[in-house]
Amino acid sequence: MISAFINQIPVPKDIPLPLPMPEWVLIVVLVFSFLVHILFINLMIGSSILTFWYEIRGKKNNDFDRLAREIAATITVNKSLAVVFGVAPLLSINVLYTLYFYSANALTGNIWISIVPWVAVSFLLFYLHKYSWDRLSDNKPLHLSILGVGILSFLFIPFIFLTNINLMLFPEKWGEINGFFEAMTLPNVFPRYFHFITASMAITGFFLAWWFGRKQFKTEGVFNNLSKNWIRKQMLNLALIATGMQFIFGPLLFLTLPSQGITWTLFWVIMGGVTIAIIVMVQLWKLLNDEGHLLGKRFFIVAGMFVLLVAFMGTGRHLYRESTLQTHKEMMAERTAAHWEAVRLAHENLLLPPVDGDVAIAVPGQNLFQTNCAVCHAANTRLVGPAMAEVAQIYKDNLEGLKKWIKEPGRKRLDYPAMTGFPHLSDQQLTEVSKYLLQEQWND
Amino acid sequence: MDFPLFHLDFMGNRMLVAVIAITHVIINHALAVGFAPLVTLLEFRGYLKHKTNPEEGKAWDEMARKLLFIAFIVTTTAGALTGVGIWFAASLANPASLGSLIRVFYFAWFTEWIIFVLEVVFIMIYFLTWKKSGESSLNKKKHILFGLWLSIFSWLTMAIIVAILGFMMDPGSWVEKKSLFTGVLNPLYIPQLLFRTPVAMMMAGTVGLMISAYVLKKNNKWRNEILRYISFWILLWMPVAAAGAFLYYWHIPRAMIGNLPVALGTQQFQDWYGSLVIVAIVVVAIGFTIGILGTIAPRRLPKHLLIIPVIASFLFLGTFERLREFIRKPYVIGEYMYANGILVEEYPLYQQTGILMHTPYSAITEITEENKVAAGEAVFTIACSRCHTTHGISSVVRKFERMYASKEPLNAEAMKTYIKSMHNVRHYMPPFPGNDAELDALAEFVAHQQKRPRKLDGPQVKGVDVKEIVYEINKTDK
Ligand code: HEC
Ligand code: HEC
Repeated sequence: MISAFINQIPVPKDIPLPLPMPEWVLIVVLVFSFLVHILFINLMIGSSILTFWYEIRGKKNNDFDRLAREIAATITVNKSLAVVFGVAPLLSINVLYTLYFYSANALTGNIWISIVPWVAVSFLLFYLHKYSWDRLSDNKPLHLSILGVGILSFLFIPFIFLTNINLMLFPEKWGEINGFFEAMTLPNVFPRYFHFITASMAITGFFLAWWFGRKQFKTEGVFNNLSKNWIRKQMLNLALIATGMQFIFGPLLFLTLPSQGITWTLFWVIMGGVTIAIIVMVQLWKLLNDEGHLLGKRFFIVAGMFVLLVAFMGTGRHLYRESTLQTHKEMMAERTAAHWEAVRLAHENLLLPPVDGDVAIAVPGQNLFQTNCAVCHAANTRLVGPAMAEVAQIYKDNLEGLKKWIKEPGRKRLDYPAMTGFPHLSDQQLTEVSKYLLQEQWND
Repeated sequence: MDFPLFHLDFMGNRMLVAVIAITHVIINHALAVGFAPLVTLLEFRGYLKHKTNPEEGKAWDEMARKLLFIAFIVTTTAGALTGVGIWFAASLANPASLGSLIRVFYFAWFTEWIIFVLEVVFIMIYFLTWKKSGESSLNKKKHILFGLWLSIFSWLTMAIIVAILGFMMDPGSWVEKKSLFTGVLNPLYIPQLLFRTPVAMMMAGTVGLMISAYVLKKNNKWRNEILRYISFWILLWMPVAAAGAFLYYWHIPRAMIGNLPVALGTQQFQDWYGSLVIVAIVVVAIGFTIGILGTIAPRRLPKHLLIIPVIASFLFLGTFERLREFIRKPYVIGEYMYANGILVEEYPLYQQTGILMHTPYSAITEITEENKVAAGEAVFTIACSRCHTTHGISSVVRKFERMYASKEPLNAEAMKTYIKSMHNVRHYMPPFPGNDAELDALAEFVAHQQKRPRKLDGPQVKGVDVKEIVYEINKTDK
């Protein structure tokens, strides 16, 4: 037996129930469903920013206003899917990282729960913006501010999630932070954030290039001068630039990661991702210079590369989480085992403090009285109910009456609350407790 | 205990969960479960009329679309978010129990989620393709079919949620059977479903009627007929809802006899149970009046008073929702985990050695004269704060004052005796989980709080104290 001494790191016990599925299945579900969720989140955030941008440009050129409107239409679907697809990863992270996730949630609780009304209100703002487009066409400042408030919310809400996901990785910080804003300033939250926003722009650009490039999408009757090709190019440009910027934010994120979770495997997985990112850049570049074939075979190759890239990054993210928490998970497992050993000892009454050698209770009924009645009745003073010395007088020669009262008390003293009944006591128990009540010398 | 315990000292954690949950249930029943079939029916009606009189068909179709528009906006914002919000709130209020429940119910919730995804997908298709569907008769038929699917999935979502809730209300079944089906077998399940379904329809009718009365212009030729149709919908569902309510009402005490010790058949429950009848009669009366008036003379419907049946039908549901408050038990998972998040099996350990030494989230291990009040606060947080606040809703101080019927300084000794066996006399509370020194500290804390009220901030505001826990690693286990 050795004693472990832990320095200010909270080591709670784990939940003593088995996982509902093998751990690896849950991890696959988590990583996959999370990526689907985040894809729609990316599209929702990226499209809302682009809507804003084109609507402003639309003040001069009406075509851009229409483009903004087309982009806004995609948000309705993407944001709803973002929410529903968030449930599966939420469930899975709750199961896999219960102790970590819930602790982080509690430590940032006020802001964490504010996500609910906040997201609901920002969604409402987006609807208001979308459905007031015509009505507010001559009041663009107002129309744009509705959108602006919605976007600001969208830009802030990811902080709440990132802060929680980051905080859960560092139990050693749990005792140090007071509330959400301190947790937000832990290193690594901001680099994660910029990485995420830039990814949103890249993915949205790529998605919209496809969206506006589809055969079904007709520019006639929608735009005066904008051509399909021009839009696609703009969007691909955005994707290219944003992907390029990840070469700044990515390393920044990697370098600010607290070192305890960095392993060689992680490094190689990330490098794999980086390699694919370079290929994506090159292909995007070629695609841009390939007039006329913007949606050809190459486009779908790039799409496949993107999926691969995201899969690598998602895996890296998971590996980092696992290796950061590894030591703590082990400590927690040890503590849990030790705890259940102690519970076992307690069940054998081995941990009881020494008893003063009180005499065993002799009178039957006294025990019943102590556990059931003493809560509300004392010998000589009023507690919840009247003093025993007083009521024992009432039933002096009326054992049956007393039993009846205990079983189903009536209502007598109006300045007292009602007494609870004891219909679950057996007749014998009722007799015993009543006898005790009547025989005991309450006035001593 | 094993989590920092989020705490709202004014509204209490339970209230937070309740507010979010009730909002969700109302939106779900009125604007999803009941609305989907109502809107589909109106659209179908428009489709039939379209054959003889295209203009009239269009008017019906347009009204149905506008109703769906509102439902779409509300369900995809407040509806969806409160649904997820129940999780967020419940995991803050009682992390240990949600963490355990999720391990037991992972599949149930996963299934629920898939149905929820389908529901959202259908409502989006149904709403977003509405305008296009008018292009041809075939498209319209397909579109109406989507409405039907949406109705089915909305109803299924509700049916599953009720099963999960029913399961949680049923003590002991998990420990014995470890299967979700016991939830469906809960004696209240079928009555609940028979109650909720028509009530949802009725709620949707009242909301639909109110919105239509505002949206349809007075000069709209088909205004009266549409209003009459929706009124008739209410009128049709009214008796079914009343019968469902009666069935449910009749089942409650019978189903609960096994559940709650009769000692608990407190005044509050009796009052509530008695008031159900009155509420039911009032709501049914209002529903019938509006339904009949709207069916006979839709022109006479007082537009601005149509909010009354809406509120009444919401109250109807809300009143019945209170049932859950009375079936509350000391357990969150029957005979396995108490509502304070502590396992039944762990109790002997904590009662023998004290609970504070086992939590990483309190700096105190040994209770002394100096740290007594602080220790009491920590004990309160672990043992009582999931259900009580210091001075807000369900305040311990006031509970004690009310119980002793006096505002005099509380007597620590009396409180100690009470807390020690409170689970025997108030079956909804779990036993006190600590040792005598901790009991002493807790009583001291309550007494102190009465003298000098001070808000008890949760860890989301003041952070947590963390201590080193010494534990022994049993090498033989490795
Ligand atoms: C929850 C608190 C509570 C508990 C537990 C409790 N009592 Fe009472 N008891 C009261 C109250 C309050 C009254 C006064 C009721 C009244 O007069 O309406 C009372 C009154 C009485 C009376 C007086 C009846 C009379 O006719 O005046 C007796 C006797 C009595 N209790 C016995 C018991 C016994 C025996 C037990 C244990 C089996 C018990 N009580 C448990 C609260 C309690
Ligand atoms: C499972 C939730 C729960 C926990 C945990 C809990 N209580 Fe209660 N308590 C209740 C409920 C519910 C009531 C009844 C409220 C009502 O009737 O309005 C109550 C009532 C009380 C009352 C008044 C009883 C009466 O007879 O009127 C006191 C005193 C009390 N609690 C103290 C405590 C203390 C001290 C703790 C911590 C050791 C505690 N409770 C833990 C749920 C809980």
